[in-house]
Amino acid sequence: MNRLVAVAPLPTLRTGRRAVIHLLLLGGAALMIFPFIWMISTSLKDIGEVFTVAPKWIPSVLRFDNYAAAWRAAPFGRFYLNSIIVAVAVTLSQLTLGALAAYAFARLQFPGKDALFLLFLGTMMIPDQITMIPAFLLMSWLKWTNTYYALIVPNMVGAFGIFLLRQFFLTLPRELEDAAKIDGCSRLTFFRLVLLPLSKPALAAVGIFTFLHNWNSYLWPLIVTSTTSMRTLPVGLRFFVAQEGATQWTLLMAASVFVMAPVLLVFLLAQRYFIEGVSITGLKG
Amino acid sequence: MAVAREAGLPSPAVLRPWLRLQEALAAYVFLAPAALIFAAFIIFPVLFSFYLSLTRWNLLEPRKAFVGLENYLTLLRDPVFSRALLNTLYFAAGSIPLSMVLALAVALLLNQKVRGMAAYRVAYFSPMVTSTVAIAVVWMWIFDPYNGVANYALSLVGVPPLRWLFDPGWAMPALIIMRVWQTLGYNVVVYLAGLQNVPETYYEAARIDGASPWSLFRSITLPLLSPSTFFILVMSIISSFQVFAQIHVMTQGGPLQSTTVIVYYIYQHAFEGYRMGYSSAMAFVLFAVIFSLTLVQMKWVQRRVHYE
Repeated sequence: MNRLVAVAPLPTLRTGRRAVIHLLLLGGAALMIFPFIWMISTSLKDIGEVFTVAPKWIPSVLRFDNYAAAWRAAPFGRFYLNSIIVAVAVTLSQLTLGALAAYAFARLQFPGKDALFLLFLGTMMIPDQITMIPAFLLMSWLKWTNTYYALIVPNMVGAFGIFLLRQFFLTLPRELEDAAKIDGCSRLTFFRLVLLPLSKPALAAVGIFTFLHNWNSYLWPLIVTSTTSMRTLPVGLRFFVAQEGATQWTLLMAASVFVMAPVLLVFLLAQRYFIEGVSITGLKG
Repeated sequence: MAVAREAGLPSPAVLRPWLRLQEALAAYVFLAPAALIFAAFIIFPVLFSFYLSLTRWNLLEPRKAFVGLENYLTLLRDPVFSRALLNTLYFAAGSIPLSMVLALAVALLLNQKVRGMAAYRVAYFSPMVTSTVAIAVVWMWIFDPYNGVANYALSLVGVPPLRWLFDPGWAMPALIIMRVWQTLGYNVVVYLAGLQNVPETYYEAARIDGASPWSLFRSITLPLLSPSTFFILVMSIISSFQVFAQIHVMTQGGPLQSTTVIVYYIYQHAFEGYRMGYSSAMAFVLFAVIFSLTLVQMKWVQRRVHYE
């Protein structure tokens, strides 16, 4: 009995501490997801319920037709198509060209290697805002403005992906390549049939990062597109807001859901890769 | 070697330079597409942007006039440019410390190996992956002066409603609040990675010596996290100087230029006023700021690696 009394306070103290931690984390989490919840709640309301003095948390009637109305109010189908085409093309290209370059840096010897690698890495230090004016002029000179070329070609390579893939290739054993060579395997065949399949985790991390980044990209698509039909989702949403004015909140929230949904879905499914990617950038320095 | 000679093949000594050349050629072929795109869309634009900054050129007119450093001198006298610079600093100083302190707190709590980590992760990290434009629209609704929840929350504690994004004094704080919410997750990830590198044995040793939780935090956690803190600080300053989408969607630099930040001002000059020379000069000043911050960071990281 005595022993029990002596031991008992310890676990309760611990449970108490855990409860406090959970309480704090839950409070913070509630604040963090509040804007998302509020967006969804508003998107399902009747417009009359939006303009009440005290906010109505749960709509009394669920107006799913707000989504259909928002979808029709601007060419969101077209924006979606544009965003998908651009993000997919850019991601595939960054993976292919990035992996080729990374392979050269990780595995091959050639004059000027270090200088070239530094130059490639150096491009990460140059923000888009510096290059946007000349790049825009280049686009108009090529007559590429308001085309998919302008949205895709300048982003076909990324130093971040090259760096990440190079680091990964360096960890693979050299013997693999020697064995392949003895079997009469050419460099390109080795790259395609051995290196790429082994690098799936790294390719997935780079792919997800690139896709998210391009899906959300705003400034460049804003300046190189001039007609509604060429806008990507974020740019289309911005002009939708400007056109509707800040009053049609139910439609605006429904449209925001369209824009966010795919990215949030990717994030939920691929959380692990995503957090890994952030940690790696964190280490990059 | 013997096999090669018997088969009548050239000896390895003859082969080696040829193999080397072949390897180098392969490398250049593999690197060519990436190099071409970097050259065309990053390296050439940087150089061309410097040249443009020395000219007076309206995109709608065919003639470029070389004016030397005139644009840079005009910048020094441009009251809106200094306003934009100050606004950017206000935005950075308002959001970064708050976001960092909160992120550290969340990271410390999450590091306690609590249950339900996956759910907390979703909650804290979702803002950083979603489109800034979509998020900005949601926050415009939250800050709506008539029916926004921000004002409702204020009314609960007896504060009269604010005009938020429509008030020159409150527009920037509203943007800062959203920014803290948006950047928190990234900073938590970096801090969590940093905390994972703090050896548990340090704490055990200090606890045996009777150290209080606060002194554990002050003398072990905080100093050992200083690389993460420094990294977050520099990255946050750099990204604060680049903020654009949030401003373009929520305030368009207003009201009364109270939220005109540098990139927004560059954008206005370049793509609304078509003054390519002057806006390039501003872009170059921004580049100098960001570039020197990056160099400071690299120097610092190198020194740290040296000590280890």
